[in-house]
Amino acid sequence: MATLELQNVTKNFGSTEVIHGIDVRIADGEFIVIVGPSGCGKSTLLRMVAGLETVTSGDVLIDGQNVNEKEPMDRDIAMVFQNYALYPHMSVRQNMGYGLKIAGLAKDRIDEKVGEAARLLELEGLLDRKPRQLSGGQRQRVAMGRAIVREPSVFLFDEPLSNLDAKLRVQMRLEIRELQSKLGVTSLYVTHDQVEAMTMADRMIVMNEGVAEQVGTPLEVYETPRTLFAAQFIGSPAMNIFDASIDGGKVMFRGAAIGKADAGDGDVKLGIRPEHLVRDNKGGLELSLQIAEPLGANTLLHGRVAGSEQPVTVSLAGVHSIEAGQGSERFSVNPSHIHLFDPVTGVRLQR
Amino acid sequence: MLIAPQIIISAVFFFYPAGQAIWQSLFIPDPFGLSAQFVGLGNFEFLLSDPYYRASFLTTAVFSVLVTLCAMVPALFLAVLADRLIKSSGTYRTLLIWPYAVAPAVAGVLWLFMFNTRVGVVSWYLGQIGYEWNHVLNGGEAMGLVVVASAWGRISYNFLFFFAALQAVPRSVIEAAAIDGARFWRRFFTIILPLLSPTTFFLLVVNIVYSFFETFGVIHTITSGGPQQSTTILVYKVFADGFVGQDLGSSSAQSVILLVIVGLLTVVQFKYIEKRVHY
Repeated sequence: MATLELQNVTKNFGSTEVIHGIDVRIADGEFIVIVGPSGCGKSTLLRMVAGLETVTSGDVLIDGQNVNEKEPMDRDIAMVFQNYALYPHMSVRQNMGYGLKIAGLAKDRIDEKVGEAARLLELEGLLDRKPRQLSGGQRQRVAMGRAIVREPSVFLFDEPLSNLDAKLRVQMRLEIRELQSKLGVTSLYVTHDQVEAMTMADRMIVMNEGVAEQVGTPLEVYETPRTLFAAQFIGSPAMNIFDASIDGGKVMFRGAAIGKADAGDGDVKLGIRPEHLVRDNKGGLELSLQIAEPLGANTLLHGRVAGSEQPVTVSLAGVHSIEAGQGSERFSVNPSHIHLFDPVTGVRLQR
Repeated sequence: MLIAPQIIISAVFFFYPAGQAIWQSLFIPDPFGLSAQFVGLGNFEFLLSDPYYRASFLTTAVFSVLVTLCAMVPALFLAVLADRLIKSSGTYRTLLIWPYAVAPAVAGVLWLFMFNTRVGVVSWYLGQIGYEWNHVLNGGEAMGLVVVASAWGRISYNFLFFFAALQAVPRSVIEAAAIDGARFWRRFFTIILPLLSPTTFFLLVVNIVYSFFETFGVIHTITSGGPQQSTTILVYKVFADGFVGQDLGSSSAQSVILLVIVGLLTVVQFKYIEKRVHY
C-alpha cells in the first residue's frame, strides 16, 4: 500500500510532446480512473507509471520515492493488460505463481498464495487449465489473480474490461471494485468508457490530448465540469452545447433570458444536460424535436433548436412519443443547472 | 482435378525414381550395364554388414546434429539481437538473408578458398598463430569445415523464421513478465523460447532433412567425402558408390534405406517432439 504522485510529468515521442505536464497526488488506497478518448495519452501515462515507458520530464513518486529510473520490477506494482497478457504456455497456477517464483519464494508458500488468490477470484477449479481453455471473463480473473498474489503497493489497469461483452463488463466492474476495496490497494485504472469511470472511481482524471482537463470525484465532474471537453465527455447522453451570450448579468439564448451569470458581457458557450430540460409552456427554449428513442425508463428526444441548426437532445423520464409534423415545443431549465464556458478557451465561467 | 499438376510432378520426380530405386536395389547389374542378376535382398544384407557403410551412418549422425545446431543456435541469437533493434533492423535483416541466396556448391567453394591449405586466407592466419590447418589430411578439421560451410547458408533461412516468430510474440506478454520481475535472459528462457517452440520444431525437422540431402554440393566441392571417408554422409555414399563406383544395385539399396530413415525420422519427430511443443 502506498501513495502515488505525478509531478509535472511530460512525455515526448521524438519531437512531439504527447503528455503536457500532469500533476496528480493519489492517496493510499484510492481508486483513480483515468478517462479520455483514444489517443489522449491515458495509456502512455499508465505505462510511464509502470516503467514501460520512460518519463521525459517530471517525476513519478511511489510512496514518496522517485521511481523514474527504476525498472518495472523494482517499482512494486502489478498491471492488468487489456488483452490480459497471460503466458499462453503456462497453466493458470503457473501464470499466477510466475512472479513469486522469480522472487524466489519457496514452493509451498507460492502454492498457498496462489490458492488464496484463486479462492478470492473463484478460480479454484481452473488452476490446471491453460489460458486458451478459459473464457474471456475467466482470463480476466487470472490476470487479476496474477496481479494480487504479488501483493503490490499499486495496481495498474489498462482498459481491462474492453475485450468483454457488455453484461460481463458490468459484472467485472463490480468485482474489481469490490476486490480493490477489500484489499485496499492504491489503484490507477485507464478506460475510455465514461460509465466505467463514473461507477468505479473514487476520483477521476479526465484527459484530452495529453492534458488533464479535470481531476475530481465523479459527481464533481458531472455537476461542475471545469472545461467544455469534460462537460461533453462525462455524462450520457452528452451535454447540449449552444452558442449564447451574456448581457448585463443575464444569460441570453435566442432572445430569451434563461439564467443569471456573474461574468462580463460577451459570447459564451451554454451547456445544458439533456436530463435537465423540462417541458414548460412558458420556457425560454423553443425546440423542434424529430426523433424519439424510448429506452424504457426514460426517452431520448432528438431535434434542433427551433429556427436554427443547433442539435439538441432531451431526456425525459417515462415514455414519450413524437407525432409527425409536430411543431416546436417549449422547454425550460433550472438556472442552477446551466453551465457556461468561455467560447475560446473552453474553461468554465461561473462557480 | 485441381491437384493433378501436383500429382503429376510428384509422380514424375518422386514416385517414378523411388520405384526405380526399389526395383534396382533387388538386382546386381553386370559392369557393362547389359544384364542384371536378381539377388533379392542381397544388396541390403551386404550393405548392413559393410563396416564402411556403418561408419557412414555415424558420420551422418554427427554431421546432421552439428549442422542443425550450428544453423539454428546462431540464427536464434541473431534474430533476438535484430528483434531488440528498432532502428535499421531492416538493413541487418537484408544482410543476414543474403547467404541464403548462395548455392550450396558455391558456398562450399567459398569456404574451400578461405581454408585452402596453400592459398586460403584463414588457414594462413591460423598458420601464423601456430596452428597447422589441413583438412585434406585431418578428418576432424574436414568435418568442421563442411559443417560450417553447410550451416552458414542455413543460418539466414532459420533467422528469417525465428525473426518472424519473435515479432509475433505479443509485446504485452513480455511486458507482463518484466513487471513480474523477470530480467532479459530469464524472460527469454521462460517465456520467449517456449512461445517459439512451434517454429523451433518446424526448423528442426527442416534442418535435419536439409543436412541429410542438400549438403551434397558442399561436401562434393570441399572434401569429396574424404579424407578416408570421414565426411562421407549417406547421401554422398549413394553418389560415390553409384556414379563413381558404378555399383548401381548397392547405390539403389542405399537410397531406399535413406528414404526409410528420413521417413522414420520425420514420423518420430512429429509424434514425440510435438507433444512437448506448447500450444
